[in-house]
Amino acid sequence: MEYLPNILFAVLLIAGIGYFTRNVKKLRRNIMLGRDIDLSDNKPQRWKNMMRIALGQSKMVVRPIAGLMHIIVYLGFIIINIEVLEIIIDGLLGTHRVFAFMGGFYDFLIASFEILALLVIVAVVVFWLRRNALKLARFVKPEMKGWPKNDANWILYIELILMALFLTMNASDLQLQRMEVAHYTEAGSFPVSQWITPLFEGMSASTVVLIERSAWWLHIAGILFFLNYLYYSKHLHILLAFPNTYFGNLKPKGQFSNNDAVTKEVRLMMDPNADPFAAPAEDATPPDKFGASDVKDLKWVQLLSAYTCTECGRCTSECPANQTGKKLSPRKIMMDTRDRLEEVGRNMDKNKGTFVDDGKQLLDDYITREELWACTSCNACVEACPVSIDPLSIIMDMRQYLVMEQSAAPAELNAMMGNIENNGAPWPFNQMDRLNWASETA
Amino acid sequence: MNVPTMASLFAEGKEPEVLFWVGCAGSFDDRAKKITKAFVKLLEKAGVSFAVLGTEESCSGDPAKRAGNEFLFQMQAVTNIEVMNGYGIKKVVTACPHCFNTLKNEYPGLGGNYEVMHHTQFLKQLLEEGRLTLQGGTFRGKRITFHDPCYLGRANNVYEAPRELIRKLDAELVEMKNCKQRGLCCGAGGAQMFKEAEKGDKEVNIERTEQALETQPEIIAAACPFCNTMMTDGVKNKEKEGAIAVMDIAELMSKAEDL
Repeated sequence: MEYLPNILFAVLLIAGIGYFTRNVKKLRRNIMLGRDIDLSDNKPQRWKNMMRIALGQSKMVVRPIAGLMHIIVYLGFIIINIEVLEIIIDGLLGTHRVFAFMGGFYDFLIASFEILALLVIVAVVVFWLRRNALKLARFVKPEMKGWPKNDANWILYIELILMALFLTMNASDLQLQRMEVAHYTEAGSFPVSQWITPLFEGMSASTVVLIERSAWWLHIAGILFFLNYLYYSKHLHILLAFPNTYFGNLKPKGQFSNNDAVTKEVRLMMDPNADPFAAPAEDATPPDKFGASDVKDLKWVQLLSAYTCTECGRCTSECPANQTGKKLSPRKIMMDTRDRLEEVGRNMDKNKGTFVDDGKQLLDDYITREELWACTSCNACVEACPVSIDPLSIIMDMRQYLVMEQSAAPAELNAMMGNIENNGAPWPFNQMDRLNWASETA
Repeated sequence: MNVPTMASLFAEGKEPEVLFWVGCAGSFDDRAKKITKAFVKLLEKAGVSFAVLGTEESCSGDPAKRAGNEFLFQMQAVTNIEVMNGYGIKKVVTACPHCFNTLKNEYPGLGGNYEVMHHTQFLKQLLEEGRLTLQGGTFRGKRITFHDPCYLGRANNVYEAPRELIRKLDAELVEMKNCKQRGLCCGAGGAQMFKEAEKGDKEVNIERTEQALETQPEIIAAACPFCNTMMTDGVKNKEKEGAIAVMDIAELMSKAEDL
């Protein structure tokens, strides 16, 4: 019986990490449903981008208030997780503060965790107020109704609870150290939780132990719960921001990729020696669909981005179409892509790993044509994204599908394209008049 | 105006320093033609040997690509590339950021490799090399705000060349609240120029014009023929066309030099 807590802890840990691993595999499978794209180039630049943008938070601070608050929570998350390592070892071995042998440095560590925990609580409260009291425009857009709004608040509540449990755990531990209760050897410095400790004065040692153990167990259980919550939440960005910034676009933002399948067709058309009546070879693979109408037509990196999006809405608040009341919201493009991808994933889970046509697709069932045609391709959303997501590339791929597979461009654009085709300009002017300006005197 | 074409120079066995890619707007749009001419005057003043493709030039394909017609874009691109490669073109300058972006970034993958410059970059270089001088005076102390074209700014990270030229005019450059990386689009990009906007509560060019007017400018400087149209329409909508001029940077420079 003596080892019961250790065994219980090991079971909890394995279950928590096991379930998370299962979901990570699912996540990977879903992302790999996308079309292939080779992003193995330029590794030094990619590492640099990841260090600067994800680790260094360089794009977060473009908006100073949100950026500063975010850095606090981010640092809190990373640094306080050193403490989790100690908690895991204590849990498995039944030790008390196993890192205490570090002495003064241990005191420094615990003290900085405590200060960060307090700062995280402050930041989380500010974040909650921004969403629920100030109701900043980007947090109350139509796509934020329901789960996205609740998800955002749940994350804040969980973080608040975790920090409160952490401080309660330390405060009761300190009280037990002062009471010189066996097992609770003196260790750590508690600049924040020492102010909570007086609450426990006068309580019996067993009561304080009960409080300390409860806080300790709930804290680690809470962390494991949070880890597993990630897959179902926009909060996945804390992990995926790293690969997403690594695989982010390195080319000038204005450079849209040329569709190789089209290049092949064009080359054939321009080749005077090509046989226009040649039948395709028997074993020829049918050509890829032009553009994208569903998630599987997108590149895997676009699907990775959909899972990375944390719905902050900086893209949408910079979008000229959205600012002027159009339906387009780049954030919704990413959210829809993820929702559809999850739907496809669930479909595969249900059908032994193969996708069974459900009569739905990303286009029309999630993203409307009106949204797609409202885009000015100005790259404001791409510039705004703190984790290198490119919503514009999805919009362009879907436009390509609409035009090349469905001939479903708005009539005015068809007229424009007809002009280009016939006379080499988007307007109905004769190409032979192209130099007339030089002889006009006006 | 005597503008040499590649065909005529080629016939004489001459090779110009740079090809001036005029673009569809610069060739056909009445407002944009003035920008084209202003730029030609500056080229002439600087003694740059240049030529245009004239009737051999065709749409770069930018609006087709952004509208989703990759096939039409690539047909335009390979046709243009064939013409330019035929003349052995090495360097291209254009006053249209859309042509600039497409030629610079999207043509290389299709066999068209040129050094492509936006006219503001080219003019800045001419000044630096001392081939062109600016007297200033005309615009001394005038409040000028600069509207960043998306395809020059965010798309290609060119923010300083146009600003440098405005400063060289001794003008007072005043920035809008959204400028450079956070500049607001004029509403014309992505083939929007050629269609009505989707339903909303405002036109993008009106929003942008309001931002420009907040700086109380005497001149709104543009560096793109499409932005120019959108901002001009916005200023007219606000009934400010008597007080505020929308001018391309090439026009400002040419006016400063009394060309």
